[in-house]
Amino acid sequence: MQAAGLTKQVLSGDSPLTILNDVSFAVESGDSLAIVGASGSGKSTLLGLLAGLDVPSSGSVSLNGTDIFTLDEDGRARLRGELAGFVFQSFQLLPALNALENVMLPLELAGMSDARQRAEDSLQQVGLAARAHHLPKHLSGGEQQRVALARAFVTKPKILFADEPTGNLDAATGAQVIELMLELNRAQGTTLILVTHDDKLAARCKRQLRLAAGQVVE
Amino acid sequence: MNLLRLSLNLLRRDWRAGEWRVLLLALVLAVGSLATVGLFADRVRQALQQQAQSLIGADLRITSTRPFSSDYRKQALARGLQVVQSRTFPSMVSHGEQVLLSELQAVEAGYPLRGKIEIDDGNLHEAQAIPASGTVWVDERLLRRLDTQMGDELGIGARRFKVAARIVKDIDQSIGFASFAPRVLMNESDLPATGLLQEGSRLSYRLMIAGEAKQVAALKVALQEKLSGNEKLEDVRDARPEIRTALDRAESFLGLAALTAAILAGAAMALAAQRFVLRHLDGCAVMRCLGAQQGQVLWLFLNQFIVLGVLAVVLGSLLGYGTQAILVQSIASMRDANLPQPGVLPLLQAAVSGFALLLGFAFLPLLQLRKVSPLRVLRRELGAPEASGWLVYGMATLVLAGLFLWHAGSLKLGLAVLGGLLAGLVLFGWLAWLLLHGLARNSYFMRSQWRHAFNNLSRHGRSAAVQVVALSLGGMALLVLTLVRGDLLQGWQSKLPPVTPNRFVVNIQPDQVDAIRDFFKQYSLPPPEMQPMVRGRLVEIDGRAVSGDDYPDSRARGLVEREFNLSYMSQIPTWNTLESGKWWAEDGKDELSVEEGIAKTLGIKLGDRLTYDVAGSRFTAKVTSLRKVEWDSMKVNFFVITTPELLQDFPSSYLSSFYLPPEKVRVGDELSREFPNLLLIDTGAVIAQVRGIMDQIAQTVSAVFLFTLLTGLAVLYAALLSTQDERSHEAAILRTLGADSRYLRRLHLSEFAVLGGLSGLFAAGGAVLLGWVLARFVLEMPATFDPLIWLVGIGGGIVIVMLSGWLATRKLIQRPPLRILAAD
Repeated sequence: MQAAGLTKQVLSGDSPLTILNDVSFAVESGDSLAIVGASGSGKSTLLGLLAGLDVPSSGSVSLNGTDIFTLDEDGRARLRGELAGFVFQSFQLLPALNALENVMLPLELAGMSDARQRAEDSLQQVGLAARAHHLPKHLSGGEQQRVALARAFVTKPKILFADEPTGNLDAATGAQVIELMLELNRAQGTTLILVTHDDKLAARCKRQLRLAAGQVVE
Repeated sequence: MNLLRLSLNLLRRDWRAGEWRVLLLALVLAVGSLATVGLFADRVRQALQQQAQSLIGADLRITSTRPFSSDYRKQALARGLQVVQSRTFPSMVSHGEQVLLSELQAVEAGYPLRGKIEIDDGNLHEAQAIPASGTVWVDERLLRRLDTQMGDELGIGARRFKVAARIVKDIDQSIGFASFAPRVLMNESDLPATGLLQEGSRLSYRLMIAGEAKQVAALKVALQEKLSGNEKLEDVRDARPEIRTALDRAESFLGLAALTAAILAGAAMALAAQRFVLRHLDGCAVMRCLGAQQGQVLWLFLNQFIVLGVLAVVLGSLLGYGTQAILVQSIASMRDANLPQPGVLPLLQAAVSGFALLLGFAFLPLLQLRKVSPLRVLRRELGAPEASGWLVYGMATLVLAGLFLWHAGSLKLGLAVLGGLLAGLVLFGWLAWLLLHGLARNSYFMRSQWRHAFNNLSRHGRSAAVQVVALSLGGMALLVLTLVRGDLLQGWQSKLPPVTPNRFVVNIQPDQVDAIRDFFKQYSLPPPEMQPMVRGRLVEIDGRAVSGDDYPDSRARGLVEREFNLSYMSQIPTWNTLESGKWWAEDGKDELSVEEGIAKTLGIKLGDRLTYDVAGSRFTAKVTSLRKVEWDSMKVNFFVITTPELLQDFPSSYLSSFYLPPEKVRVGDELSREFPNLLLIDTGAVIAQVRGIMDQIAQTVSAVFLFTLLTGLAVLYAALLSTQDERSHEAAILRTLGADSRYLRRLHLSEFAVLGGLSGLFAAGGAVLLGWVLARFVLEMPATFDPLIWLVGIGGGIVIVMLSGWLATRKLIQRPPLRILAAD
């Protein structure tokens, strides 16, 4: 993945506000990168741009050689479905679907026929096979994040985006989830891009990118 | 395939979570109420059709004073239709010393083609044939007046006939002023032997035709071209204009009542859809994040909608069918009529309307889900994508407009109601917003929770205004249907009071007028009003000669080619209303007043000069007023009335109508005996029929009312639900900041009281307006309203919204705040 000159400005009142200013870097396949910085430093904005969830004011992101901003919204969605997995601070499981169905969701969207089998395997990997038919609201925070991990890895993504994956969890549960994530990451050779303000977690990644006021500082 | 399964899965889960309930309920009620009205009206129409067919004894009837060209019969037979001819003429019938003028009708085998004559020949039954040769069937009046019994012999012309049966229920009566005398039905083959068929006999010929509807219609068109001036073609549609008027009004009223339910359902659906959107924003963002394309998200919801729509339409149709069946069973006259099942068309109409509502009110708002930014997974503060407001509201308006035009039948009425409704919505919304802001700004002197409540409502000005509009709409429908409905129905039924005239008298000679007044006095009956009648023909309009060829419309052609009844009077009849122009002064000269319907048909305007030919001499006068005539008042009415000086010197006869109480029916016979030249017509049956329709309608209105009531409650529920999430979140924050549950309860109740009061105020205003429109334009009667409606509206609004709001939010206050905030 290669980011070049990423800049994001928004209008705040009448004057433009720069959230991200000329950010460039590259991540090799299989590497792990932690984006760190204080609240409001532009971490989440950067992650959103890298994942193609938002469009920059200027700059480019190329993923597997494709400049994702030359694609339209649906094109980027397709690319995400093929290449990317996501883990969020607030888990983002669909409340109406049970654990298994949540894991099946990306496979079904991609039109795979063996979705159920693969989803069950994936839940097995995160140790939640027994809870497959529970609704998210009946699962603990740690369990919900493990379902989210199962959902993220079930498509065997080339790249995993994680936004404060332990932000809503206590230290012990958070540590378990991190171990699981890094292990799956290693096992599948996935590229990991992680936003966190937990320095210890950041330290476990191969590279760190520190943001302050929208600019890379180290 | 997977997508379909996924959407069904989501539907099932959402269903369990109650997300679809309001939407489905609202749609089922809308389809149910439209289907009930449609199916019921269909059956009333069928019942009427049956009755009307038996009124003329055929599908098509041609009457003439001369024998028909044999071509008519040939054409009808060539189309595979049945044909029967009859000849009718007045003749004296004798029994012993007594003679009586009667109406003889000689019929061919096969008569009547439609309906059955009920006779009593010892047994009461429907006649299966015509009278056998040498026998006659006679009606009650003849038996009574000639003091005859079954089996007696009557003299008719040169022959004697045995009375074989009494006619209990007759059909094929003339529509108009002919069936004055007692009826005698005989076999056509006996007619020559009576010797009554002589040169100059006043014979009236009838050719009756029945068969497949399409062929009948085609024949009608073909014959219309060939009819000569004295041949008159009638089909069931021409039968009984009074009944048709009553039914048309009833249908408009019912249609509008059902549509009110549909609009309410639309409001409930829109609110439910809005909530659905808000609750599915996150889910859609996640799916977009996981690679779902816009089309896939769209499909996901479209599938759910189709399933839901089909389910609602099926349930609604069943509900409508069931309600209609119960209604028919509960109305004696309809139960006994043995009606055929209603057609599928009303169900289809209701189904299509249901899908239109779903599309207009729920689906388009949901379309915005497709556009949810995937970035929302990282930044929750991103709101819902802007729905294209014009598209959404425009679509809803279009759907409503379409439904109104379709169901109301009349473009003018549909547009009036729809326009009023939309203007009302905008006005309600704007006023609500304005009032809420005004109150909030001036709330500094109020107690804390009131101030907080007003500020809260004004901060959420838009959603609060939407709630007020929805609640007002629901309240308005409820008020119209509870308070106004009673007034309206009563007013309508009072147009046909118990003493509605049930006898028409024709052919009163000028020198009999006083004697008849005395006759009524003698039997302690109020003397009837008698109107003079002169027959004349319209020959010129503004100096231009008129002829039938000027008018493509066959009714208009008939009107100018034949003589019709004119009258003169110095005062406008109390049951007529002046539509335009001015009624003449006491000494007015050369002025005419024309009924507005016929004026339109013939293209006559105020100020035109009409020339009439009366008994060979002509007069010209100016049209100075147009009148509206209530044809269903059962009173004597005239198309054209002139100033007295124009007509009073021409030979005239008088017409009258009066009410004969059931215990005094014999007075009618006495009247005929004392004044044998009078033609007395019994209109009691028609009145009974119109009353019957009114009763049927009143019951149907009650059923439709129930639907509207339920949809109104659905709106209330949806309106409260639509802000529940926000309210619960706010309550949790206030709790965290130290508000106790007493404060929260008071805060919520204050908010609900304001919402309820405002809604009640608007609802009462809307109800008064809508009731006025219904009275003025649909039922055509003056509107009167109970001032209580304002009190009930505002008081009821406050109580109901507070009560249901308290029930809905009670649990929110009791839930621990952390759980709510964590769930958010």
